[in-house]
Amino acid sequence: MSRARRLPEPTRPLPPAAPAGNGAHPTLTLVQGNEACARGALAAGCRFFAGYPISPSSEIAELMARELPGCGGVFLQMEDEMASLGAVLGASLGGARAMTATSGPGFSLMQEHLGYASLAEIPCVVVDVMRGGPSTGLPTLPAQGDVMQAQWGSHGDRAAVVLAPGGVAEMLELTRVAFELAERLRTPVVVLADEVIAHMREGMRLPDASQAPPPPRPGPAQPPGPAFAPYRPNAAGVAELPAFGRGYRFHVTGLMHDERGRPTSDPVVAAALLDRLERKVAPAVDLVPADTYRLADARVVLVAYGITARIARAAVDALRDQGVPAGLWRPRLLWPVPEQAMAQALAGAELVVVAEMNRGQWAREVDRVLGPGVPSAPCLKAGGSVITAEELTQHVLGARARTVAP
Amino acid sequence: MTSPPSADPPASREGVKFYQVGSFAAGNRLLDPALRTVQADERRANSLTSGHRACQGCGEALGARYTLDAVMRATGGQMVAVNATGCLEVFSTPFPETSWRVPWLHSLFGNAPAVATGVAAALRAQGRTDVRVVAQAGDGGTVDIGFGCLSGMFERNDDVLFVCYDNEAYMNTGVQRSSATPPAARTATTEAVGPQPGNPFGQGKNLPLLAIAHDIPYVATATVADLHDLEAKVERAMAVRGARYLHVLVPCPLGWGSAPRDTVRLARLAKETGLFPVLEAEHGEVVRVSRIRHRQPVEEYLRPQGRYAHLFTASGAPARPDLIGGLQRIADRNVRRFGLLDGGDDEDQGRGSGDRAPAGADPAGASPRSPTGAG
Repeated sequence: MSRARRLPEPTRPLPPAAPAGNGAHPTLTLVQGNEACARGALAAGCRFFAGYPISPSSEIAELMARELPGCGGVFLQMEDEMASLGAVLGASLGGARAMTATSGPGFSLMQEHLGYASLAEIPCVVVDVMRGGPSTGLPTLPAQGDVMQAQWGSHGDRAAVVLAPGGVAEMLELTRVAFELAERLRTPVVVLADEVIAHMREGMRLPDASQAPPPPRPGPAQPPGPAFAPYRPNAAGVAELPAFGRGYRFHVTGLMHDERGRPTSDPVVAAALLDRLERKVAPAVDLVPADTYRLADARVVLVAYGITARIARAAVDALRDQGVPAGLWRPRLLWPVPEQAMAQALAGAELVVVAEMNRGQWAREVDRVLGPGVPSAPCLKAGGSVITAEELTQHVLGARARTVAP
Repeated sequence: MTSPPSADPPASREGVKFYQVGSFAAGNRLLDPALRTVQADERRANSLTSGHRACQGCGEALGARYTLDAVMRATGGQMVAVNATGCLEVFSTPFPETSWRVPWLHSLFGNAPAVATGVAAALRAQGRTDVRVVAQAGDGGTVDIGFGCLSGMFERNDDVLFVCYDNEAYMNTGVQRSSATPPAARTATTEAVGPQPGNPFGQGKNLPLLAIAHDIPYVATATVADLHDLEAKVERAMAVRGARYLHVLVPCPLGWGSAPRDTVRLARLAKETGLFPVLEAEHGEVVRVSRIRHRQPVEEYLRPQGRYAHLFTASGAPARPDLIGGLQRIADRNVRRFGLLDGGDDEDQGRGSGDRAPAGADPAGASPRSPTGAG
């Protein structure tokens, strides 16, 4: 098998994101969420970015435009979001770790490409910094209204992988994880951030800039040749992706296809393919475990992600101060829904409160997993402002008074 | 100082006066109320009234007001405006800065031509040919994300006047480049770093030429330096049916790094250097160009703008004569291509004041990739 040509490696260390921390915290740097995302991508070996300006995600593109040319990468500003993700998919098939970043309206335009990337199994990372919607909506006020779009925005039964960072440091960390998952599972991965996380600045430790990025794709175990089947899954159900130009002749299509990549309308083959695509992303639930806060002895469990989870921590503390045994379960992976972990973590809760900045998109998933046996009282707020800790605390107290026997 | 052009204004236009008469005092407040301009009237009828939140010196606010006022005059106020996402939409609509005095639709970012097409078709289907449709967008909404819809609107020859207010980048989202950004200009995604600082040479899209290539009835370019020329072009555009395209250069103090007071001066310099050819085309042929009257080297246009600061030293001497020369060559090419300096003859074909027919310009066969600065 032909040796993979190595991706360009950084030829210079990344400059510090901002002036170094003060004497009290010499190792901390003040970083904006969007900047952390871009630095996570660079650390993960992302060397291709194609994007289109849209608030509140534009800083990611701006930083990539500054950094990529200096480390052997490519930044392209495209004519719209469809072209952006199209270029990313082409770059990924061409052998680069590639990403784009956008916000709700642009994410809507990318949906057909996301479905294509899922079916054609093209690894890539799409960052969606959510703002209020639908439509042009509320630029640039915070929301968490793209949760369902991230899973179901494209037509058909798509097996989505969607991460939800809960802070600036996690913007960096989960962007790295997104590239890892995209490569390992050979699928598009969405980082679903929100406007507050993206624009917030926090002190964090930046990764060692001298660290080499991960090696390029190993390529498939099968040798090139007439018997090569680009969509034949390995033991994990993942078909390993060769890059164009490495001796492999293969066919990429948005049509249903067999293991050779040849279009088919055979219902049995198509159903088996959809089934495999769903099964292959299942391991993501173990790779990105949820975070918890004061959950061990909690009887009232808050479920929140993104900035809402940060607020929920304060609400948990306030509730504990008032004698309510509250805790937080914070999923970092929204799709596929970590059903088992959720059921375990929330078993025995006398009240579950999902807090999110939408009209109950993920709360319905929680209700579906827990079933009618667990009292549930979602705290929902859409319209462009965060749920405050006070609002959430009062909501929980009210719901508890109604649902939990004294 | 001219009067409204129509000899027989509809009743709805009575009492609407857009021009100063008699005196130059602000709003003509010294005049008899019947003679004052609309700006002096608290019930003024400008399409875009004061109170919006555009930046000081915004060329787009100026261009949009004169354009839509001219459409209002030409249609007796029987008009609908469709507006793509962008600065114009953002600064003119949130309460209480809501400033539109016309039926106005915000479409999305890339679909204003298609939405306008639908409005025009519905009006036609109902026999309302008296109501005219204008669509407007910035350069990003026109040349990038909206170009597919716009080309479709041109191709079907839908009865819409599409106006592009070109400030040469995505100003609303923080000054990122568009494919109307000129070479060497610094934006947030084309930083002034490296051997070729700013936007690369050899890229970009000349939308007026692309519009002309669709053979639509009327295409014109204009700047906010000559507002009477802009109004005359709107008037001419509204006199015909079918797809029409108007491309207005609107300097942006924020994105260009220029002083608010320089907006009109820079627009004039863009034309007088040859970087922005001001022309008109009918059915695929350039029929008139505005002659350069006092030709200036491009340096004079570039120097006051922060987006070109990397081309000059602190004292204003050329630091990158190679890049300035590249921009000068673009201007020179425009001058040759459109005959911008040729003077005197065919004066009767224009409106006077420097307008003339072009000398052998053949823009339909020209490469649309050529960065002329007009795109």
